[in-house]
Amino acid sequence: MAVILGRARAVVGQNVPKVDGIPLATGQPKFTLDLDFPGALVGKILYSPHAHAEILAIDTSEAERVPGVACILHYGNVPRVPYTTAGQGWPEPSPYDTVLFDRKVRYVGDRVAAVAAETEEAALEALQKIRVEYRILPAVFTIDEALAPGAPIIHDEPDAQGIYDPQRNIAAAVDIPIGDLARGFAESDVIVEETCEIPYSQHCALEPHCVLAYFDEDGRLVLRTSTQVPFHVRRIVSRVLGIPLSRIRVVKPRIGGGFGSKQEVILEPVAAALALRTGRPVRMALTREEVLVSTRTRHPYRVRVKLGAKRDGTLHALEMEALGNTGAYGAHAGTVLYNVGSKSLPLYNKARHLRFHGKAVYTNLPVAGAYRGYGATQAFFALEVAMDELAEKLGMDPLELRLKNHIREGESSPIFEKLGEGREGKAQIIRSCKLAEALRIGAERIGWYEKRRNPRREGPWAYGVGLACAMQGSGITGIDMAAATLLMNEDGSFRLLVGATDLGTGSDTVLAQIAAEALGVPVEKVLVYSSDTDFTPFDTGAYASSTTYVSGNAVLRAAEEVKRQILEVAAEMLEEPVEGLVLERERVVSRRTGRSVSLAEVGHRATYVANQRQIGATASFACPESPPPFAAFFCEVAVDTETGVVRVERFVVVADCGQPIHPKLAEGQLEGAVVQGIGHALYEELLFSERGSCVNRSFFDYRIPTALDVPEIEAILVPSEEPTGPFGAKSIAEVGINGPLPAISNAIYHAVGVRLTRAPFTPERVLAALKAKGR
Amino acid sequence: MRVYFELNGKPQYVEVKPGESLLALLRRLGMKSVKEGCGMGECGTCTVLLEGKPVRSCLTFAPKVQGKRVTTVEGLGSVNDPHPLQRAFVEAGAVQCGFCTPGMILTAYALLEENPDPTPQEVREYLVGNLCRCTGYKKIVDAVLLAAQWKREGQWR
Repeated sequence: MAVILGRARAVVGQNVPKVDGIPLATGQPKFTLDLDFPGALVGKILYSPHAHAEILAIDTSEAERVPGVACILHYGNVPRVPYTTAGQGWPEPSPYDTVLFDRKVRYVGDRVAAVAAETEEAALEALQKIRVEYRILPAVFTIDEALAPGAPIIHDEPDAQGIYDPQRNIAAAVDIPIGDLARGFAESDVIVEETCEIPYSQHCALEPHCVLAYFDEDGRLVLRTSTQVPFHVRRIVSRVLGIPLSRIRVVKPRIGGGFGSKQEVILEPVAAALALRTGRPVRMALTREEVLVSTRTRHPYRVRVKLGAKRDGTLHALEMEALGNTGAYGAHAGTVLYNVGSKSLPLYNKARHLRFHGKAVYTNLPVAGAYRGYGATQAFFALEVAMDELAEKLGMDPLELRLKNHIREGESSPIFEKLGEGREGKAQIIRSCKLAEALRIGAERIGWYEKRRNPRREGPWAYGVGLACAMQGSGITGIDMAAATLLMNEDGSFRLLVGATDLGTGSDTVLAQIAAEALGVPVEKVLVYSSDTDFTPFDTGAYASSTTYVSGNAVLRAAEEVKRQILEVAAEMLEEPVEGLVLERERVVSRRTGRSVSLAEVGHRATYVANQRQIGATASFACPESPPPFAAFFCEVAVDTETGVVRVERFVVVADCGQPIHPKLAEGQLEGAVVQGIGHALYEELLFSERGSCVNRSFFDYRIPTALDVPEIEAILVPSEEPTGPFGAKSIAEVGINGPLPAISNAIYHAVGVRLTRAPFTPERVLAALKAKGR
Repeated sequence: MRVYFELNGKPQYVEVKPGESLLALLRRLGMKSVKEGCGMGECGTCTVLLEGKPVRSCLTFAPKVQGKRVTTVEGLGSVNDPHPLQRAFVEAGAVQCGFCTPGMILTAYALLEENPDPTPQEVREYLVGNLCRCTGYKKIVDAVLLAAQWKREGQWR
């Protein structure tokens, strides 16, 4: 149920049919591998069985004799170019600590070699026949082991760039003091300190990573790929393989989910290298096991939060220490680390004395990368559990404590300026924030005050309610740039070309709505074509909750310019000055005479009749600030005190995403994010053997929520008006995943009086905590 | 070996490779709605209807369809003439990335054949084998209940 209080508009704010909805529901061949490419070779990868080893020798002679094998690539026959798979803007903030194939392997699942063969069977047989001689090196699997003196150095290669301290396995580090922390705590009446830990978890987009590499009629390399960042794929493949950017075209068709995992440029350089070497099309698709073992994960983090507050609940001092495990490579290591602070600390801007410090550490475990929430999820777990403890110590309602301390419209936080994307940020003030309303609505929907006062108990089941708040951003300040091209057809319809990347969120629909609203036409009159580096203008891609805000602003600008051109043509036709004309409901109308011309007539005239021209414009938007969406999360849990089982009974999430462009899609983002968060809270965790090998390599063993696991979820939108957003919009994609962990932990505490600070909250951990407490 | 079966109402007489899965066969025949999310029967994206019952095509050997009826989502409706159930999924906001959608729709179709008036809980129980990572399932359940209502009102085929 959505409470829509926003301004009524013709298209924006309306639940129009998703532009790709019917094609997807009728199973049209819209995904990467739905295109048959006769004669394509099958590419397969050989993975390291060792967590840390040097490759002494690699012998492919037997593998090459397997009938159908076309090519085998390994460290010995490809150029060595250090790069990062992180898929970010330029200059790339993640360390260049990866090469296509290395002499050293750094985790179980690291890339050793790649084979292209006529059939999958031949490729798999060849993989088995590649002989690799390893010298096994000591490995480290925890942050503490990696930081210990004398620990094996994971990145000792001399050509890596941008690693903070390779000798100590530190990929990135940060230390930002604001004010005087010691004084701040000395002046505080109440102090609490808590440490929360998030393990390895994975995105589990249902479509495994896949790519098709082929050459077009002009001999240019085409990558049809399941990616969130087509333009970064083009730039990175160009650099790694040494081919001009202009010789590469990247096409993103529909993709089967991403959540950050497809911001990583993992398969594309390998498929491109195999295609270049063989001159043949190459198709690569990972199995689910390969996705789980070898792609990317959320950064496991241990976050310590210390809060100091005045007797009245006003926060005075706030310290956050974040220790992250980036795994074997530093993809997003520094930027996730910075975002732990930058996306969480501004929420409680009343604290004058702050310190945010931390490290992202290499280990011999799988590579962590971008995952929805991107550090904020890790931060809010610790911050919001600590806030719950502070409320208890103050004898204050947790909701009142939030209301007292959260950032408001017109306010700022020094964090915005100090912490950016792996570097300094930019000052900004909050222009829209409806968090207080969100808290009030959520409290009412869940029955907060009544349930807090009278927790239920039924047999072994103890019930409790908990809450949490969170924020995120809308794009990356000073880095993200999106462009849109809008062209008018002669029948009064439009083509909208955007580099923006719809990964299932519905952004093609949202962007069409923005254009349609600005042009006064129904959304069906705007045909969207997106994410093709040959035919659509630049866009940094779908990450950092950027598309509605950054790409949406570019679309709005293009539409405004097209509208200006339309009015100009109409002015010629109506023989009236532009100033007296309005564009509404597919017609340009004279305010003075009431005479009008249709958009079809305008399009026809400009195309064929007089003063001929293509009505159209390209516009760009570079993100000058990143307005945060805010959300309040409330849940009710039941804890079985005999077995430790936790059931989430009900979940209410209330979010301020500015003006929702498409309320149903916005709700869908919240609901999906909350359910991923519930999975993280209750059971998702990649587990490793003592040799560092992932043991839960399938959906049987790595469980994600099913339809039966999901409680009743109520997603409510509380619109605000973000003045810098397109039609008042901010982002919504990520913020929803930041609340479930702390809200559920806080609800468990309310139910049974134990703090669960290590996710997931498995029955074993809950029982152990209950036992330790003597219950 | 050659296998005869009915695919979306049309007869097929095709050569099947040894060990070929129904998933591979159907994709080879152009039914690209049949997705491979795990290849081990865990995710449900490859669900098709065999004699009207949902099966995992990745775990079904192709010869098993000999003499039987197979339905994929292409057989329910088309872009220009979608089935009401397909329309309900779009209207309810149940389609995000769309990768789980064909399997989800076929499972829901089988449910509504068995039980035209399911409770939300019955919908959840029936869809338990079809994973979705995007939607949180809420709007998928809404879609099935909306379609059930349409079906009871006679808007069905």
